[in-house]
Parts: sequence; C-alpha cells; structure tokens
Amino acid sequence: MKENDFVKNFALQFDETDPESISLSTNFKDLEEWSSLVALSVMAMVDEEYGVRITADDFKNSSTLADVFETIKKRL
Amino acid sequence: MIKAYIKAISYYLPEKVLTNESINSDFPEWSVDKISSKTGIFNRHIAAENEFSSDMALKAANILFTDHQIKPSSIDFILLCTQSPDYLLPTTACILQDKLGIPTNAGALDFNLGCSGYIYGLALAKGLIYGGIAKNVLLITSETYSKFIHPQDKSNKTIFGDAASASLISADEGIAEILDFELGTDGQGAENLIVKRGGVRYDKSILGVSDKKDDFGNITNENNLYMNGTEIFNFTSSAVPSLIEEVLKKNKLLKEDVELFIFHQANKYMLNHLRKKIKINEDDFYYFLEDCGNTVSSTIPIALANAIKDKRIKNNVLLAGFGVGYSWGGCIIKAIE
Repeated sequence: MKENDFVKNFALQFDETDPESISLSTNFKDLEEWSSLVALSVMAMVDEEYGVRITADDFKNSSTLADVFETIKKRL
Repeated sequence: MIKAYIKAISYYLPEKVLTNESINSDFPEWSVDKISSKTGIFNRHIAAENEFSSDMALKAANILFTDHQIKPSSIDFILLCTQSPDYLLPTTACILQDKLGIPTNAGALDFNLGCSGYIYGLALAKGLIYGGIAKNVLLITSETYSKFIHPQDKSNKTIFGDAASASLISADEGIAEILDFELGTDGQGAENLIVKRGGVRYDKSILGVSDKKDDFGNITNENNLYMNGTEIFNFTSSAVPSLIEEVLKKNKLLKEDVELFIFHQANKYMLNHLRKKIKINEDDFYYFLEDCGNTVSSTIPIALANAIKDKRIKNNVLLAGFGVGYSWGGCIIKAIE
C-alpha cells in the first residue's frame, strides 16, 4: 500500500475540495466538505481498494490522513 | 403439489412530495446536485399529518383489489409489516380486515421488521400456504418513518420516504413462484438503528429528552429515529455479499443463472457499493428509488411492481432485504413464462 495512492484515493471522495490541497498531514475533519457521506465514501474506497473495514470510531480517533493510513496498515 | 406464488403487487405513495430543492432550502450546505448524485433520490413522498400506517395500507390494498380484480372475500390471511403502527394495540391487520371487508374467518397479524420485512413476509406467507393454513395471503407493508424523523435531521430526511404496498401471495399460479430462502439476524446491531422512546420501556412523555448532534451535525433525540449510518454501512457491506452467496447455494443456482437482482433500495450509493462488491453487472441490477426514496419494507415490492411492468421479471430473480434489527433475508422467485 503506497502513501501516494492512498492520498489520491482519499481525495477522490470529495467533489468540491481541490485534491491538490489534500496531503498526508491534512486534518480531514476540518475540511469544509467533510460529511457523513464523504466518510461513507472513504469507508467504501478502503473496503474496495484494500479489503479493510474501518469504522466511525477510527475517524473519531484520527486527526490526519496519516492516522487513517496507519490504521489501515495495521489491519492489512 | 402445493406451491406459493406472487400473484399481484400494487403500492401507494402519499400525495405530499419532498423535493431535493426543498431539502436544500432548509440545509443550504446540502446542494441539490450532491443529494441526487450521492443518494440517487430526487423526491420522497410524505404521509399527511392525519394519515397513518393503516390509512396507507388500506389505500394500497384497495388499489391491489381494483387493479387486479381481487375480491376481498377471497383473502383468508392478512400479514402486515410495520414499525409505525397506529396503536401499540390493537393489531393494524385486524383494523384492515374490517375496513377491507375481508371475511371474519381470516387470520390477521402484524409483524415488526424494517428493510428485511418484505422477504420475511414472503417467507411467512409461503409457510402458511405450504402448511395448508391459508390459500390467499394479503401481504402488506406500510411505514411512516417521516413521523419519527427530527426536522433538523438532514441525513434521514434525505433518505427516507413513506409508502405502503399490497401483494397477493397465493397457492394459485401467478407471476412468479416463491422458491427457497436464506434469513439472518444479529441483535447486536439493535442500537444502531432505533427509535428508543414510545414503546413501553422508555416512555415518550418523559421530559428532558434533549436534542443531540452526531459527529456529522445531524440532530436527533431519543424520541426520533436514530441511524448510525457508518455502522449500518459496515453491517450491510459485510452481511449482504454472504447473504447472496447463501441464497444462490440454497436454490442450487449460480450468479449467472439470475436474470435480475432486486435489493432493498437503501440509497444508490450503498447499492452501487454492494453491486460492485458482489460483482453484479449493472444491467442485471434493478434501481427504483428516484421518486420515492428508501421506503423501508416497501422498497422491494415497489421495485418488483415496476420490474413486472417493465417486463424485467424473467426466469430467476433474486430478492434481498437488510437493515434494522439487524435483520436480513433473501430468496429466489421464478417467473412463470
């Protein structure tokens, strides 16, 4: 699992946010567009791309994309 | 040899329509385009203030009787699925027996299930027919979730619509034969989709039940419908693929033998995810939610009624419902050519 691909896949779940503005250190919950639907999109993407299940609590316990990346890595 | 068939299906949608434009005017951050592209829903129908589950059930049944020339006197059992009954007691199905003029020697009962309800209804009806207990079962689904939803709960308001359906399940040959079922239950998920107050354990009249905001800004309180969307997503995503596999196995079929898959119409986003995960061709997967939204136990009969109208019911059709409980179920129906 590559960091770059993960960031790109994560950014793809947003419609209005500029993908260039999203990086591993982004506090995703502070993004204006972050919503329950984007959260579901990310969960679906992680399931489809990595075969890993993440939960709402994982988002709650994460601040940055890097935190989510680490959670997924642990479950691979 | 006894068999059970779906003989006719009709449905009723309330007159009042809630559009994406109207949702957008209450929640400006929720754009019309975004609502429709993510959920696949453009309109939902909402029961009138003085319109309740029994009223909608009555209308659906009357449409069924008129459109398919069915005599109320031919019905010998009423099964009614609802989670928003008019009363704690008596049973809604008993009220319907009287209002529809169904003979007093008919059996009638309500059962409380949500999105899996139609599948369970088919299973119960088939059991009654195979057991020689009934010949013509009136299976009704009727739900007014809108009355449970907090006015500021953007997510649930967007997804759910009210509706009722009526099906005739009969020992006489009809549109499709009801084949084998796979059912499942996991009460561990009870808290994730719940209306906590209004039953006997937690009285609705208790004061001090205050509004709470979830992680994503949706407002609800214990008197209202609460849905933990992310947990429901994870449940569905893990339970439904194996459900489909088991339904196929029980019916000794391969995925390729199924002409059409009709799932509970939760929302387009969830359906697409499931379809991709199970690897079903888009052409073999039925969508019907644009103008009614997620109508809980009525989504499958509404979709089925439209698939019949579109002449899409050929050979084997797989039906699958899943949701509140957690509860899930699936079956194959085989079209009578």
